[in-house]
Amino acid sequence: MDWNTIASALFPRGHDITERDLFLSGTAQVGETRVAVVGTTGHAPIGVEIALAQARFILQTVREHPGRPILILVDTVGQRLRHRDEMLGINSYMAHLGKCVELARRQGHPVLGLVYDQALSGGFITSGLMADACYALPDSTIRVMGLPAMARITKVPEERLTELAASNPVFAPGPENYLRMGGVREIWQGELGAQLEAALAELAPVDERAALGLARGGRKFAQPVIEAIMAGRDVLAS
Amino acid sequence: MSSYLELSARERLAQLFDAGSFTEFLPPKARVISPHLAQLDAPVAFDDGVAVGRACLDGRTVFAAAQEGGFMGGAVGEVHGAKLVGLLRRAIAERAAGVVLLLESGGVRLHEANAGLVAVSEVMRAVLDARNAGVPVIALIGGANGCFGGMGIVARCTNAVIMSEEARLGMSGPEVIETASGVEEFDSRDRALVWRTTGGKHRYLLGDCQELVADKVADFRAAAIATLDRLQVQETALSLAALEAEQDMLARRLDRFGTLEEPMQIWAALGIAEPRSLPLLEAGPFVEQVAAHRIGAN
Amino acid sequence: MEKLTYRFAGGSRALPHTAEVVGVVSSGNLEVLIESAPLNGDCAIEVNTAALGFGATWEAVMRDFHERWQLTDTRIAINDMGATPAVVSLRLDQAVETVLGGPP
Repeated sequence: MDWNTIASALFPRGHDITERDLFLSGTAQVGETRVAVVGTTGHAPIGVEIALAQARFILQTVREHPGRPILILVDTVGQRLRHRDEMLGINSYMAHLGKCVELARRQGHPVLGLVYDQALSGGFITSGLMADACYALPDSTIRVMGLPAMARITKVPEERLTELAASNPVFAPGPENYLRMGGVREIWQGELGAQLEAALAELAPVDERAALGLARGGRKFAQPVIEAIMAGRDVLAS
Repeated sequence: MSSYLELSARERLAQLFDAGSFTEFLPPKARVISPHLAQLDAPVAFDDGVAVGRACLDGRTVFAAAQEGGFMGGAVGEVHGAKLVGLLRRAIAERAAGVVLLLESGGVRLHEANAGLVAVSEVMRAVLDARNAGVPVIALIGGANGCFGGMGIVARCTNAVIMSEEARLGMSGPEVIETASGVEEFDSRDRALVWRTTGGKHRYLLGDCQELVADKVADFRAAAIATLDRLQVQETALSLAALEAEQDMLARRLDRFGTLEEPMQIWAALGIAEPRSLPLLEAGPFVEQVAAHRIGAN
Repeated sequence: MEKLTYRFAGGSRALPHTAEVVGVVSSGNLEVLIESAPLNGDCAIEVNTAALGFGATWEAVMRDFHERWQLTDTRIAINDMGATPAVVSLRLDQAVETVLGGPP
């Protein structure tokens, strides 16, 4: 999906986002608010450079524009699978990006993630999943790994995985499943600009995803386990 | 003297903390197992591969977790992740002196991939919440499965990482890279290369780990005590200044080493006279020899 | 996965009121959770195993275990990843020795 198309739909009042080597950054007008926009396009593999570029932009926003909302546009095939990235410590670069998003939130920047095309594993946990809330477009793809690769590693036949995927949100790809898990707040349809404006107005810096996952039936255990440990109980509340 | 590498998660907890001090939350007898594994015909564990609880470290009350590498490589599923989140949140509520994470994990558990991915991001946020509340979090890495995927990111969200020379820390394991990009990209059977690339010594030289110890429980314990002591008087929360310094450090790393192809070239670029000798050194002499050259010494 | 259950009567050795877990469910291994429970004097064993069709072997190993230890009011749960009968016996003995604090 062309990021320009999405940007036009999201920001009818205009934007100055530019792309450089699959890295997106700029600002946009949302209602009366100027919003910082950062992210990736072209199913970007997240290597050390692009992780660092996103972090730099977020730190610059925190330093120069206190309180400005930040929108993270997600389109990634996950972390780049190269020896060089591992040698340079790619996990440190990705953790750094995640920490920068967290710092922005702490300093009062509302942070919103939007999966507009693909979101895979490592590229997603340090971007959209670090936001106050993450949203997705209906045609987006969200997953950890494709079913064929998953079949190889789990040694469960692919046919069986495909069959189970139809009824079970826990490993099947797709934004609806992440919605049920609580990882995605809402799937946006229709007029994107209005939805973005409404979402920005209601962001809260509290991690409610386990509670959402319970309420939506996709993760029935996470919240009860957290609560049991917090309360010092050895049984889960039913 | 016990090898940390060879112990199970529970043995590590028993030997690393003050004797008999570990009290477990949601212990095995609570039977809080993964609700997702049975349908894939995969066996469950009574603790879902992680033990969490309260313990004393040199008299100080801390919260502790240990991932069991023997169960699905320590991979994070829904229950496993929630136990870590609950532990971190309770550590905040009880104003613990610290949280000590004994990490050993391949990352997200694919059998319950979506739940695992969201869970790892919840763990990341919970670690940073604890730090923000003034509770230092430290990660110990020394298990045979290393610390990869989302947990490799979690490790670098903590205040300090302690590794043994046998430990490995990274994002994608060599087998994953070889499968995706070919054996000429990363030969996973070249164990020496694997250790040079993701092992404790390389991480220590780059500044991704703050302490390098020998593969002994007593050494991990001593390093954890010293690190926790140090963190009692340091700011534990994220700050703009600290993250800008990290940004500079990571950018410089890329500038200096981004065109190199082999970890040993990085060690040479750091000014180490005989980089070939490093893999052979014991932890103590190694730390002495590289002290003047490693990045981020503080 | 296959679930097998066994129940033996007539034991005489009671356990203290603690629960212990022994072993790790790694490939070719298993974990044993052992605890005291009011079972009218019986010893109940539940096995969840990844290896199908070994019911007769399990039964023999469990019967042998019961004869060796004669446990009463005891609940044992096993998560198995294809352990050999020798490993099963060893882990069971370790589990009992852990709760009793020593060999028989």
